[in-house]
Amino acid sequence: MAETMELRDIEVWDGNMAASQALRQVQVDVVAAYPITPSTPIVENYGNFTANGYVDGEFVMVESEHAAMSGCIGASAAGGRVATATSSQGFALMVETLYSASGMRLPIILNVVNRAIGAPLNVNGDHSDMYLGRDSGWIQFDAYCPQDAYDLNFIAFKVAEDHDVRLPAMVHQDGFMTSHTAQGVHTMTDEQGFAFVGEFQPMNDMLDLDHPVTHGVQTEEDWHFEHKARQHHALMTVALPKIQDAFDAFEKYTGRKYNLVETYNVEDADSVVICMGTSVETAMEVVDELRAKGMKVGVVGIRVFRPWPLEQLAEVLKNVKAIGALDRSSPHGTVGMLYNEIAGTMFNTGTKAVLTNYIYGLGGRDLTKAHLVGIFNDLKANVDAGKPTTPLQQYIGLRGPKLSFF
Amino acid sequence: MSEIKKIKNLKEFSTSSDRFEGANLLCPGCAHSIIVREVLNATNDDLILAASTGCLEVCTAVYPYTSWDASWIHIGFENGSTAVAGAEAMYKALKNKGRLKQPDRKPKFVAFGGDGATYDIGFQWISGCFERGHDMMYVCLDNEVYANTGGQRSSSTPIGSSTTTAPAGSTSYGEKKNKKDMLAIMAAHGAPYVAQVSPSKWKDMVAKIQKGFAAEGPVFINAISPCTTEWKFAPEDTIAITDLATDSLVFPLYEIINGSELNITYRPKNIIPVRDYLGAQGRFKHLFTKQYEYLIGEWQDRVDAKWEQLQRREEARV
Repeated sequence: MAETMELRDIEVWDGNMAASQALRQVQVDVVAAYPITPSTPIVENYGNFTANGYVDGEFVMVESEHAAMSGCIGASAAGGRVATATSSQGFALMVETLYSASGMRLPIILNVVNRAIGAPLNVNGDHSDMYLGRDSGWIQFDAYCPQDAYDLNFIAFKVAEDHDVRLPAMVHQDGFMTSHTAQGVHTMTDEQGFAFVGEFQPMNDMLDLDHPVTHGVQTEEDWHFEHKARQHHALMTVALPKIQDAFDAFEKYTGRKYNLVETYNVEDADSVVICMGTSVETAMEVVDELRAKGMKVGVVGIRVFRPWPLEQLAEVLKNVKAIGALDRSSPHGTVGMLYNEIAGTMFNTGTKAVLTNYIYGLGGRDLTKAHLVGIFNDLKANVDAGKPTTPLQQYIGLRGPKLSFF
Repeated sequence: MSEIKKIKNLKEFSTSSDRFEGANLLCPGCAHSIIVREVLNATNDDLILAASTGCLEVCTAVYPYTSWDASWIHIGFENGSTAVAGAEAMYKALKNKGRLKQPDRKPKFVAFGGDGATYDIGFQWISGCFERGHDMMYVCLDNEVYANTGGQRSSSTPIGSSTTTAPAGSTSYGEKKNKKDMLAIMAAHGAPYVAQVSPSKWKDMVAKIQKGFAAEGPVFINAISPCTTEWKFAPEDTIAITDLATDSLVFPLYEIINGSELNITYRPKNIIPVRDYLGAQGRFKHLFTKQYEYLIGEWQDRVDAKWEQLQRREEARV
């Protein structure tokens, strides 16, 4: 039996500690992991818990991130609770196996501490790795602060392990800004935390020796399409309502409320920015300040990135007149991903909203309040003109001459 | 520990409970299925199996069919070892937590991979598994070529073999590099047991598989698997070719215990010339021309030197 850890009601944790504590409390059976900045402390903390009797599962330190996810897949198929953590280059190395995990319908939880992907090599936060995972068939939750990183892990396990879902899930948090910034985190006791997720219920488990199973088969043109369609179907029709159910259950359990699409002062807003990660909280502060000056502005935060909450987002944005899509990843040859997703979300809704795109914060560059004020001023001009008054895509916080496209 | 299965004779061995079904898509004459059956039939214990991408995998688990009557997993080309290591870690975790469904049964964990998956693309994963000491067996089905993708060279391909990516031609005798000594590398991990086996020497093979199953920790088995398609011989000659490999000492049968104690387990009564082994296969056909004939002598010298080295290591017990 693992030792119980006595926690204060509010602990001062960074995002990494919050994630590792959640993994400990749900009593993960196998963690196979490999260290990479800035997610390393998740693994180190977990190793420390293991070394001191707080974990009675297996902690396997493998030789690469690819092996980490490979080991997680083997462990999950064997039939138990499985999790790991990674960032950036490690995430990129894992990508092949991410598709295997989702295609094999294995409920693995991956904490992704978002970081830029080289070259040039960079250890700081941006969303390049998160975007890289977006077609991999995983559920993707986005945390904006350490509290979210803690809570969303419990929610992720509950959704992923549901037998109607059986899909892996990522919990994203911003490298350093969340992962290394300590804040007050409301905790659950070990008993409460575990009870929210409950005992792991195996399905198609290799270790059920009386019922052998074959995992990871070959399908060609005769069956592959049907398999992938079923996977998509599960994400679209099952996962999204189950996530909402889990959010509702979590709110009842802890009083902390999460939404598929997070909104701040959006109801009567003319202009909103849409973003992810720590930028959501920065934008909320700016909105408070601009509201005090009479500007009708708001923030939309993407909480569930995959499956994409298209209908919920369209509903939230139905009365908005100007939208700034803030992408923290280099689009390399097109508009930003959020711009694309939001354009796709709004296209058939009859909206007249003006949509523009801002690329910001690559490689850990700060997004300042002044930047956001500038963006909201652009959006205000777009509202007044009823059309874009700026190029569709602008780079924010970049040194040198102003860079814009389209 | 579980009891070691008693095997009296070949008839009993070949007809004992089969967890690898004859219904599969492997080529007629493929040695893979013979090797897999010999490994699986060597034990009565439960099995948790993995396969890396390759001939064995694509021919035995084509949805909605499976040839496996034991739990089996495939992820990718490079990670069959780590797949089964993950399952083994879960077994330990659930045992520790008292959540095994059949707590009295201890399964064996076995991963299969071709030489491409073993010598090349999966090398790091296997090394990691062995360094960490997972209680598992890794079986390399060594056909010295990327057979599943149509005959490209791997680092197990021997010198002078013609492959699609190192073909013999007017200015080339084919593969230029020596076959990698995988057994020495795996022994150097300090593994409790590593061995080379041949499916045609079934008594030797089953004894080694059973030793491997009895060992605690990672076990590496390198099995010669003549490929009728890429080595270019008639499907009915698989066993004859395998015998030529062992009896010419091109593929010597030996084991290394705890990384140091080397035992030669098969000494042919009549050692046949390497020339006879090479001459039986189309992949070496070009060596029997004036231009490249000198390579046959070099082959023989290399095989003699290796045999000498193995005998000296066996004597020295280091």
